[in-house]
Amino acid sequence: MALTGLDIYKLLPKTNCGECKSPTCLAFAMRVAQKQASIDQCPHVSAESKEKLGAASAPPIQLVTIGAGDFKIAIGNETVLFRHEETFHHPAGIAVTVSDKLSEAEIGARADKIVHLIFERVGMKIAVDMACIMNDSGDPAKFAAAVKIVAQKAPVALILASDNPDSLKAALEVCADRRPLLCGANASNYQAVAALAKEKNCPVVARAKGLEALTDLTQKITAAGVKEIVLESGAEGVRQTLEDLTKARRYALRKSFRPLGYPMLTCMMGDGDSFLPVLKAAAYIAKYAGIVVTDAIEPWQLMPLLTVRQNIYTDPRKPLQVEPGVHKIGEPGSKAPLLITTNFSLTYYTVEGEVEGSKVASNILVVDTEGTSVLTAWAAEKFTTDQIAAAMNKYEVEAVASHKKVIIPGLIAVESGKLQEESGWEVIVGPKEASGIPSYLKANWGG
Amino acid sequence: MESVVEKWTTKVNTITLGATKQMGGTREKTVTVGGSSTLPYLNFEGAWPNPPAIAIEMWDREPDGWPEPLADAYADVWKDPAKWAKRAVEYGAEMLCVTLKGTHPDFGNRSPDEAAGVVKDVLKAVGVPLIIWGSGDFNKDNDVMPRVSEAAKGENCLLGTAVEKNYKTLTASCLADGHKIIGESPLDINIAKQVNILISEMGFKLEDIVIFPATGALGYGMEYSYSIMERGRTAGLSGDRMLAQPVICTVGQESWRVKEARGSEKDFPTWGDLKKRGPLWEATCAATLMQAGGEIVVMRHPDAVKSFKSLLREFTA
Ligand code: B12
Ligand code: SF4
Repeated sequence: MALTGLDIYKLLPKTNCGECKSPTCLAFAMRVAQKQASIDQCPHVSAESKEKLGAASAPPIQLVTIGAGDFKIAIGNETVLFRHEETFHHPAGIAVTVSDKLSEAEIGARADKIVHLIFERVGMKIAVDMACIMNDSGDPAKFAAAVKIVAQKAPVALILASDNPDSLKAALEVCADRRPLLCGANASNYQAVAALAKEKNCPVVARAKGLEALTDLTQKITAAGVKEIVLESGAEGVRQTLEDLTKARRYALRKSFRPLGYPMLTCMMGDGDSFLPVLKAAAYIAKYAGIVVTDAIEPWQLMPLLTVRQNIYTDPRKPLQVEPGVHKIGEPGSKAPLLITTNFSLTYYTVEGEVEGSKVASNILVVDTEGTSVLTAWAAEKFTTDQIAAAMNKYEVEAVASHKKVIIPGLIAVESGKLQEESGWEVIVGPKEASGIPSYLKANWGG
Repeated sequence: MESVVEKWTTKVNTITLGATKQMGGTREKTVTVGGSSTLPYLNFEGAWPNPPAIAIEMWDREPDGWPEPLADAYADVWKDPAKWAKRAVEYGAEMLCVTLKGTHPDFGNRSPDEAAGVVKDVLKAVGVPLIIWGSGDFNKDNDVMPRVSEAAKGENCLLGTAVEKNYKTLTASCLADGHKIIGESPLDINIAKQVNILISEMGFKLEDIVIFPATGALGYGMEYSYSIMERGRTAGLSGDRMLAQPVICTVGQESWRVKEARGSEKDFPTWGDLKKRGPLWEATCAATLMQAGGEIVVMRHPDAVKSFKSLLREFTA
């Protein structure tokens, strides 16, 4: 459990010497508790205290890294139950399955398809970042062959799904350098699987039915020297899965219960329904899954799922923003239109996408509204005539728009008169919705 | 093992919509939502007696700009509210959300009488409870909603929306005609509470209010709705009576504005089949927001409704 400032204070020298740049030991303790300072900044703290602090300040949920080099993801190390309490830190891995029962050509084609599950939203790339190879054949050689194809084709983190230690071993021979997640260890095979994980320095999935059995299993696996563990509770039904995910998170965060202090994996197969696995995965991403594995592979299935992850893992303390200033779309000449918008990523990229789509080269002046949308900013007086006129001066828009015409969002039409007066520019009220921009630009600025 | 059961102190209010003959209305069925004493489907620590109810949105006039998958589902009936209503019930609507867009001054400016006529036609056509949603223009709503409220008197509908700056007329109508009310706030918990206080100060029961915290769609602000709803719900369960109301989400309306849900395959060839993409986008938004606690989900596409229902069935099983 996170230490309070007072807990930390008790372990400090209490001399208030100030060398840590805090006025008092108590002030320093408070900053450490809020993660604004590190305990190392106090030169006088005893080794014994440091050890106590170290153990207690270890993250309640283990950080697990899967993959290597550029194809690496990190999950776990979460600190809160609700994102509004702080933020969720490490986006869940999203894995698509590949069965080793398929032909080599089919395996290759599926791997290619996984690679193309990458989309751009609000200026960020969102992509499937894991492939889960399933040892459905039960055959170690077939498994290794399938893993080899996927590893070569797909630049993603790998999950090796087999409870047969021989299969895992064969597969590791072709991909150990990729540091795959071994999936996994259960009550009967854990010795062999943990030994493999230790030897090859790989993370491992502990799979048992229910949290009690999992508690037992993770202790055995850690005793065998493996630190990075992912839990799979094998619950039946969505409600039981949600219960296990919720309870494990609470045990880790509320009770500092180490044996369940790991990220969790859930698995959703379609069984003929192409929508339902996506809906379940969405619910699990919201409620605590560290990895979701699914056989869904169509772009229309993964796009919403990747977007759920992007939304849930957005830091609520700071909205996504873009740089204020003049952004050029295409190669705008002196007759190109000048549009004005806010620096909220969602607003900016929605507008940018439509301007691009119009094929009319343009300038967009982005006003710093502290990452708020057009109306939110307007209502909070961050996007009214004063701020817009100031931004026009600051970013010297006359240099890019000698025609002295400026297009404002339709939603703030009420500002047009004042802005015209204040700036001396001709103020044109654009469409209300960004989707109206292409036809507007083509009709009026297509020249 | 130690218990990690959370001791919530308060239940979400239970609300029943619609009135059968015995209750003085003409509905064949009523719908009850709310009553939970924990977060969604955490049955191990509390009750979650009523699954979220699905309302299908329909308009009093032909919509414009609805993308192809929605047109496929409704275009042959959307000029006729009674037919549209029947179609929506066939698609599995437990309630209908009759949206009076056509009364908006910029969108047809239909009269209060015309609006009341539409509501009567819909009541006659189907037996499910109704949600009736104004156009959002304050002045016009204050003309239209009292007429509509009166036309549906005794049917125990859910009327919206009451906002901080415009709540008195609607509240008075709902009181007079025996309806429940939706209090709307712009993704702001304090305003949500304030609206509930204002409504209840007019003598309206807190138990008869539904909160509309504003809905942001998946990929279009859902992160805001999600956390506002979750914050509101945890506060409600922890004893804040002003936040213990059931919550309504306009998932359909918001989702279908998003480019990923409506963009054509011609414009976005790598995004795949729009007829699946759009409905799944809507259903995924519903499935995620449900985890933040939404009791009434207003949806549009039949396939989205169908798959969200099968998710709920699995949760309830
Ligand atoms: C999410 C949200 C918030 C979030 C903030 C999100 C953010 N980062 O901005 C939070 C919860 C923090 C918030 C707070 C507030 N909000 Co607010 N919020 C919303 C909400 C629900 C969605 C806004 C949004 O994200 N829209 C999406 C973006 C992409 O839209 P957009 O920026 O307008 O851009 C579109 C168009 O304008 C156009 N466009 C954009 N630029 C340009 C440029 C040109 C040239 C053209 C042609 C077109 C164009 O393209 C885009 C796509 O169509 C709206 C209601 C709603 N459903 O719209 C209320 C809303 C904007 N909020 C409102 C209010 C009042 C507030 C608060 C003042 C409330 C309060 N008292 O706390 C605060 C202010 C916060 C502050 N002090 O900064 C009101 C504004 C009312 C008004 N008409 O003035 C709204 C309309 C809600 C309402 N109905 O009352 N809000
Ligand atoms: S350096 Fe250490 S002893 Fe000195 S004030 Fe800071 S915390 Fe206290």
